[in-house]
Amino acid sequence: MKEAFKGRVWKLGDDIDTDIIIPTQFLALKTVEDMKKYAFNPLRPELAAQIQPGDIIVAGKNFGCGSSREQAPEILAALKISCIIAKSYARIFYRNAFNNGLLLLENSELYDYCSEGDHVSVHLESSQVLLGEKSFEVASIPTDLLQMVEAGGLVPFMRKRNGK
Amino acid sequence: MGYTLTEKIIMRNTKRSSVTPGELLNVNVDRVMVHDIFAPFVVEKFREMGFEKVWNPDKIVFVYDHLVPTSFIEDFRHHKIADAFAAEQHIKAVHRADGVCHQLMPELRYVVPGQVVFGTDSHTTTYGAIGSFSTGIGYTEMAAIFGTGQLWIKVPPTLKFTINGELPKGVYSKDIILRILGDIGADGGTYKALEFGGSTIKGLSISSRMTLSNMAVEAGAKVGVIEPDEKTFAFSGVEGSQFQDLKSDPDASYEKVFNYDASTFKPVVACPSNVDNISDVEALLGSKIDQGFIGSCTNGRFEDLEVAAKILKGRKIAPFTKLIVTPASRSIYAEAAKAGIIGILVEAGAIMNPPACGLCCGRSGGIVSDGERVIATNNRNFLGRMGSPKSEIFLASPATVAAAALEGKIVDPRKYL
Repeated sequence: MKEAFKGRVWKLGDDIDTDIIIPTQFLALKTVEDMKKYAFNPLRPELAAQIQPGDIIVAGKNFGCGSSREQAPEILAALKISCIIAKSYARIFYRNAFNNGLLLLENSELYDYCSEGDHVSVHLESSQVLLGEKSFEVASIPTDLLQMVEAGGLVPFMRKRNGK
Repeated sequence: MGYTLTEKIIMRNTKRSSVTPGELLNVNVDRVMVHDIFAPFVVEKFREMGFEKVWNPDKIVFVYDHLVPTSFIEDFRHHKIADAFAAEQHIKAVHRADGVCHQLMPELRYVVPGQVVFGTDSHTTTYGAIGSFSTGIGYTEMAAIFGTGQLWIKVPPTLKFTINGELPKGVYSKDIILRILGDIGADGGTYKALEFGGSTIKGLSISSRMTLSNMAVEAGAKVGVIEPDEKTFAFSGVEGSQFQDLKSDPDASYEKVFNYDASTFKPVVACPSNVDNISDVEALLGSKIDQGFIGSCTNGRFEDLEVAAKILKGRKIAPFTKLIVTPASRSIYAEAAKAGIIGILVEAGAIMNPPACGLCCGRSGGIVSDGERVIATNNRNFLGRMGSPKSEIFLASPATVAAAALEGKIVDPRKYL
């Protein structure tokens, strides 16, 4: 995992549910690549095409609430979002995200200070996010979870366990 | 120090003499459920992980319900992949047209009290109603369970909801859980156990209890448990004597206790587009609706169809209004047909859907268009959940939905009871 990186912010609100991230209508498409163009379709249909690798999503509370659909974090990982910084996350989404190598960070203040299009820099070694001169603290992520993110998620972890 | 029901189930599973909220530990999985819409992804991840044999084919249940009957040409691919995997791995429990997973798991006794169960659907919390620890997970973790029979959990702290007294006429378990969601919010139970108890809960049928546990996840909860009692043991076909320890100790420690007097409950409605956006039905009287829906893993059971029939009997639904009814399982459908309930619903103008998940998740059987307003018994009114993001969804009890269908607008169901 890169210890420091910078990214452009897309700002979303509270309770961004998994149906907003990827609606049921697209869940039976064959691949994640087919699905990813429908990210955030009900709320902002234009967004998926605008997201660039390395962008960062900043959101309010309860990000990822709702369904167990793992396509939600998987398509965000496929869009190469570098991390999400939300006030809080829903439980199933949180686990699914780390299992797919998607880094989630928590901070309750950044959302209220930043604007869409801002650039923030994330410093994992010091658990800080910087917006201009202002610094925000994020809870540190346990090393083994970071290693799983770095390895790409639970699949490679299990492959290794199985000696494959 | 005593333990909560949730902690007791975990201790029983792990044979530990103590557990603490926040602790991470591995549980042995008693049963898993995979539904059709995620089945190919579980199979793919299982193979990518390098597994060859599932840990125990008799503990795996496949339920085809989200893509039944199929709506798009590609849907059948899911069933073919799942069928082939089940044949290869000797998985015998495959339900191809029997109903919604969360109805079938307890109904067919795949889950009994005290078990630890995971499913690929978030509403797997439903089985807490029969005293099990059950929760939804993604397909990658399911693939890992298929290979190992274990999963790590974080022991959740418990929020206790004690509800005593008699529910007023026209008020149902759906109104209880919507009120609770309104009070604690859509993230009020994140990573926690919700425990429902008190004389009101004891008085509820197993079906009504399942409505509560089903929607626990709408507060972000990991499980929504109810202490098993004689009703549970009869429903599950088990000897109660084996499960006497499955109750919270009097000195169990809770993160917070909420006390409710059942006589204060009213019919309520969750307004678009948040499940915790709760209003008394009285504040919404006269709001126009285009479609009603009675069904889903929350409220598609016999008693739900029965109360709708009571309201619709000898009456007609309003012109230009649709009412779609989906029994949660084939056996519920058959039982309702035998009891004359289906005839009453159809004569009133209802459209019957086969037992499955299509409409609740916006995949088939009554998809909602731009500008349409729906009142429904399912568990989510997320933006675009039942079709167009420009539609609006109100959530309510089967009685409130049936009454609204009669007038084409939101009305107080008590006037028809």
